[in-house]
Amino acid sequence: MASESGTTNSYESAIKGSPDAVAEFTQRRSAVHSFQHLLHQTPSLVPLIVLLAAVAVFAALLGAKFFSPFTLTLILQQVAITGIVGAAQSVVILTAGIDLSVGAIMVLSSVVMGQFTFRYGLPPAFAVLCGFACGALMGFINGTLVARMKLPPFIVTLGMWQIVLATNFLYSANETIRSQDITEQAPILQLFGESFRIGGAVFTYGVVAMLVLVLVLSYVLRHTAWGRHVYAVGDDPDAAELAGVQVSRVLVTVYVLSGLICALAGWVLIGRLGSVSPTAGQFANIESITAVVIGGISLFGGRGSILGMLFGALIVGVFSLGLKMLGTDPQWTYLLIGALIIGAVAVDQWIRKVAA
Amino acid sequence: MTKFLMGAAVGALVLGAASAASADSACLITKTDTNPFFVKMKEGASAKAAELGIELKSYAGKIDGDSESQISAIETCIADGAKGILLTPSDTKGIVPAVQKARDAGLLVIALDTPLDPIEAADATFATDNFLAGELIGKWAKAALGDAAADAKIAMLDLDVSQPTVDVLRDQGFLQGFGIDLGDPNKWGDETDARIVGNDITQGNEEGGRRAMESLLAKDPFINVVYTINEPAAAGAYEALKAIGREKDVLIVSVDGGCPGVANIKDGVIGATSQQYPLLMASLGIEAIAAYAKDGTKPQPTPGKSFFDTGVALVTDKPAEGVESIDTAKGTELCWG
Amino acid sequence: MEPILKARNLVKRYGRVVALDHCDFELMPGEILAVIGDNGAGKSTLIKAISGAVTPDEGEIWLEGRKIGFSSPLEARGAGIETVYQTLAMSPALSIADNMFMGRELRKPGIMGSLFRQLDRPAMEKFARDKLTELGLMTIQNINQAVETLSGGQRQGVAVARAAAFGSKVVILDEPTAALGVKESRRVLELISDVRSRGIPIILISHNMPHVFEVADRIHIHRLGRRLCVIKPGDYTMSDAVAFMTGAKEAPGAAEAA
Repeated sequence: MASESGTTNSYESAIKGSPDAVAEFTQRRSAVHSFQHLLHQTPSLVPLIVLLAAVAVFAALLGAKFFSPFTLTLILQQVAITGIVGAAQSVVILTAGIDLSVGAIMVLSSVVMGQFTFRYGLPPAFAVLCGFACGALMGFINGTLVARMKLPPFIVTLGMWQIVLATNFLYSANETIRSQDITEQAPILQLFGESFRIGGAVFTYGVVAMLVLVLVLSYVLRHTAWGRHVYAVGDDPDAAELAGVQVSRVLVTVYVLSGLICALAGWVLIGRLGSVSPTAGQFANIESITAVVIGGISLFGGRGSILGMLFGALIVGVFSLGLKMLGTDPQWTYLLIGALIIGAVAVDQWIRKVAA
Repeated sequence: MTKFLMGAAVGALVLGAASAASADSACLITKTDTNPFFVKMKEGASAKAAELGIELKSYAGKIDGDSESQISAIETCIADGAKGILLTPSDTKGIVPAVQKARDAGLLVIALDTPLDPIEAADATFATDNFLAGELIGKWAKAALGDAAADAKIAMLDLDVSQPTVDVLRDQGFLQGFGIDLGDPNKWGDETDARIVGNDITQGNEEGGRRAMESLLAKDPFINVVYTINEPAAAGAYEALKAIGREKDVLIVSVDGGCPGVANIKDGVIGATSQQYPLLMASLGIEAIAAYAKDGTKPQPTPGKSFFDTGVALVTDKPAEGVESIDTAKGTELCWG
Repeated sequence: MEPILKARNLVKRYGRVVALDHCDFELMPGEILAVIGDNGAGKSTLIKAISGAVTPDEGEIWLEGRKIGFSSPLEARGAGIETVYQTLAMSPALSIADNMFMGRELRKPGIMGSLFRQLDRPAMEKFARDKLTELGLMTIQNINQAVETLSGGQRQGVAVARAAAFGSKVVILDEPTAALGVKESRRVLELISDVRSRGIPIILISHNMPHVFEVADRIHIHRLGRRLCVIKPGDYTMSDAVAFMTGAKEAPGAAEAA
């Protein structure tokens, strides 16, 4: 450095004549490249294509038995719980976190709704509110530990999963509240089990709840500042902080929201089972993560859409029911879902390479 | 004087502690400690142990199928110098070497509810005759249907794809009782009788029961007999039937005899169930360990069976001819969980 | 002329290490002030103290004659001091418009904005496009393009445009050309001059002497935790500057205040 002299630099003049194309957005793309770009902008496209293909294949193999309004809406009913819990999981995973405690929070909330009604004789509607409060509190604990104590989400929610589940078993003494008792005394708990028909299609309120929830979240994530902040935090928390996002506040709200959605899932769960069962939903965390991953939401955060998660959940539902109706060994379902998970992550990695 | 008294008190304490330490101890290892069935089992064992002055330590797997926790529990019991172990194995084959280690160390190992594979791997097995339990509900269903049994459409809601012994025995027992050719009696799902619409798995809970029922209904909406592995699965199946308005014209049978299950029979959700007696299994088990600790006698199996049968009874409010049963009032008295 | 930004006697200690040792600082309106110094001289701590990222242990800072004490970069931003960090602080997966408005989004007027909190995307996109065009920056085709699909120079351009658009008082640029190629650096230097020509004073931290000497009006040379001297590029050569910076040469009037 010290040997340089003068303020004129010959190497700078050497490029004076060259085209100044630094800032232009050149568009040289092959077909594959533009497909990659398309996926980059609309990550839910892959699961949508897989979903439609799966429906087409099973419709071809099974005919009207599968491709009927009744069966197709049955799949919706079967994925309602996973879809709702998956929505909670999506929001958390978008911040590059993970929530292993979703299933446990769901079950504890449903148990609170049931036991507050039957053990303490509280009005059922109030007990439902208590269930939501319980979900929000669990989420708040998760969020505070992640955002303020800076503990890794995996560890925090792994711990909370055990704690919440144990609380659930201790508190409920593993007592199932029977469907008949609920119907008699607190039918509001079974609200989401009610159904209505449109032609041959059967929709439960639980399915409606899932669809509305996904649409609302999809709006919130795309069209509000909070939603954009969720993506920014997941993308690069340091950059988000420097750009003026209050990262820890966003994280806490994300986990609280996740807890609230899990409580909603708990309510829907009562509708689906008819009863309040403390042993239900043991695998909801894995199922929700599966839906999220197959739905094309990146586990590294900041990428993907909640609609993709819904498609992911539906793919799993279509495969399980379709293969069952074909009469195959259930293990094939797991095998295929495993392959889909790995495939989805591979596609995610490929899409990321779009960055020039 | 006070000094002397205090010395005596301390001496008594020491003696007391010593005698407590020398009391015979036993272990109870269940699949989980959340399932009411095992909760009841633990209750029975604790009550009997307190009565006989035996110190009881309880262990459980974290979830059904968690064999590692059970193996480490067995190792703890050996190290602890327990006299015997009551075990409901999660993995009936995999845990055999650990059980052998315990027996080599001089412990009496009794399998409760679920036999080991092979059954001789334990000193004794106290269990429900699950095949008989299935047979009872099979016979009842056949009798309740009468002539319609010849063209019944049957859904089989089993436990798990791994087909654990209890799963196979109940399923095959039901088919035997209903009069359907079993094919290989060590395996469910290989039957060719056209009356069987299909098998599906439930994991023994409401969620799985509902989902499995929905899938089988999608296959054939006119199912009219539903066999279920246990009562939570039956409750789930009922919800699925209710959703399409068919709950009134389908016969659901089950096995277990838990209190919510018996209540569901009373309400007409389930037609009949085979009741088993976990509390009895456990208290008999503790008695056997006490006897073994005293003079080394080992319990003997029920004549004609490879295990000690703790009994099973059919619970229904619609008794069928030729099948012995008890009503729900009696069933409620005897129920667990 | 009064300096727009002034600091006196700043001290910052990290344990036993003194990063700022009674350091002074001045930025005049409308100028580009380069800050140079050897690694570890404490120039990044100085910048952090000004941009609110660290709070000095002692000393005072004035912005337009008013005493200030920021406890976070957000507060500094609120006061009109924008910083372009070396890492750019952009979310790669989000669009140019999203990034420009990160943390200060515009909401739709009326009920859509107040109740449904809907973002006013058309307004944000128009503003972003205008700002980029204003700086003669880009022939933008798609303002909704993700930042990660841009080249390094383009990203730097967006970050500078963001700072220029919102930095009403001061823009701080931390090593804006460090990661760029020759041509891209050139473009960014022009951009810096463009921003200055709009009247916004700039603090430029750089290791690149030719770049510093090309665009800076004055050069603040930092050494051993304090301001060694301030020189004008025309009065000295790059070798001189480096010699002062490393202590190889005696600095001219060690406390030459502007």
